[in-house]
Amino acid sequence: MKIFVCLKQVPDTETKIKILPDRSGIDPAGIKWVMNPYDEHAVEEAVKFKEKNPTAQVWALTLGPKQRAVESLRTALAMGADEAIVINSSENLDAFITAKALANVISTEGPAHLIFSGKLSIDANQSSVPQMVAEFLSIPHTTVVSKFETNPENTTVERDVEGGAKEVIQMVNPSLIAANKGLNLPRYASLPGIMKAKKKTIKEVEFTSLGIAATEQKVRYSGFTLPPEKPAVRLLTGDAASQVAQLISCLRDEAKVV
Amino acid sequence: MSKILVFTEFQSTSSQAVSLKRGSQELLQFAASTGRTVVALALGSQAGGAFEQLAHHGAQEVLLCKDPAYDAYNSELFAAAVAEAIQKTGATLVLASASSSGKDLFPRVAAKIGAGVVSDGTEITVSEEDVKVKKPLYSGKCFVTAKFENAPVKMVLMRANQLPVAAADTTKTASTTEVAFAKPSLKTLVKQIVKGAAEKLDLTEANIVVSGGRGLKEAGNFKMLEDLAAVLGATVGASRAVVDAGWVGHSMQVGQTGKTVAPTLYIAVGISGAIQHLAGMSGSKVIVAINSDANAPIFQKATYGIVGDAFEIVPKLTEEFKKLLHH
Repeated sequence: MKIFVCLKQVPDTETKIKILPDRSGIDPAGIKWVMNPYDEHAVEEAVKFKEKNPTAQVWALTLGPKQRAVESLRTALAMGADEAIVINSSENLDAFITAKALANVISTEGPAHLIFSGKLSIDANQSSVPQMVAEFLSIPHTTVVSKFETNPENTTVERDVEGGAKEVIQMVNPSLIAANKGLNLPRYASLPGIMKAKKKTIKEVEFTSLGIAATEQKVRYSGFTLPPEKPAVRLLTGDAASQVAQLISCLRDEAKVV
Repeated sequence: MSKILVFTEFQSTSSQAVSLKRGSQELLQFAASTGRTVVALALGSQAGGAFEQLAHHGAQEVLLCKDPAYDAYNSELFAAAVAEAIQKTGATLVLASASSSGKDLFPRVAAKIGAGVVSDGTEITVSEEDVKVKKPLYSGKCFVTAKFENAPVKMVLMRANQLPVAAADTTKTASTTEVAFAKPSLKTLVKQIVKGAAEKLDLTEANIVVSGGRGLKEAGNFKMLEDLAAVLGATVGASRAVVDAGWVGHSMQVGQTGKTVAPTLYIAVGISGAIQHLAGMSGSKVIVAINSDANAPIFQKATYGIVGDAFEIVPKLTEEFKKLLHH
């Protein structure tokens, strides 16, 4: 029984983003790459499932430039994944073509019993790939999952929606689960885990070998810009009563937002 | 020129009246401003009593499906309906809010029909058949222009509170067609919807957000922010530090690993302003920072700043706003 985890390598959340002079992308210099934080929850849930179901095998899968993307796969292996595959590709693929490639490899290596991923990657902020992978594989999906239970036939999850509400959703397996932060507490990789992961052979698949036409790309980003600089803060001075009075006047009379 | 299809959403207010969500109002009014024919898609029985509002905000045609099967969002059921609606109308531009449902739904539809999808748009430009969307990456650390290629159908999810909304024109009407969409055999079942403790606007939709951080010293002190939020009609948010400390639930987290917000007014109390928090809220129109540390990075993003004791400032602010706003 194979469990797949789709994950992505992204710049660490502490990264200060810089733009290339021609505005075609971000400056990769000095970026610390990490596993997308939501994908850590996906790996954790897959490994927890494996611990309860010894016949399960966890396959970590990513798409990206293999030189660095394998590092996140090694993290997944160190957390307890059994196998890892990198689809080697350039960085400029959109969600559609990425999902197509992931679904393609899952079909070849599968069948998958469950597929986990994070609910979104913190770089592109698209929240698209998991749903697209599920559609390409004709399986049900749920995104923003904070609770997961499963039996051989069905998976029941809680999905976080607006205003703190939750939807309880049951899916027929195989199904895809896109993790939210509350799902679990991702483990730290153990030292023996890290040593074992270093020795593991990571399977490499060339994106170009998958037979996906370049015209499948639907969306392209250009004109990278930093957010506009904010004018300097206006500090309100005086005692607390005076500061509060000034603030109210600023918000009501000047900014007119209250 | 081809039609614009808008996936619309309704909400029930406390008075039980059903109203069109602000995000849907924004999209209908924007779509109408392009001069193209605007078709609103409304699914579920609650739309049955409120679909006239779609015309008031600019829909010229309404596809109405009052079947209660659509009362709760179901990804497979809704994806099939939207795909069929796109095909029926021949729409080449399809819009929805970047809501829980919208964000879950559109990528699945896009994969189904070979469309392009852009999520979290903050600006949209529509000319002839060309569509450009400005959207944040890294939760707002930078912005890009997203353009479509090889995408006969272009699907865009816009963030709420980004487009202007004029008052509804209640004299407008639309040609309404009641439709039934083909239902696929479902592998997804929505068993229950558990309402949130507070039926407030979500952080991502709120016009005013009051957020707290470690400067509040302990979980119980969030009460102070709730009081201020109640007076202002705001939603309460939090920094990652206090979510990780377990003071509040993760649904309240603002930042790169939480929610990205862009309200009209963001009040940060006792939040120092880690880079990943700033990414999630710097799109707010007006930012107020209240912090005892004058060197806190939050002041670099703030419009107005108060260096002081939050425990002294916030209750006074609540009291003064109460006097002003509730008379």
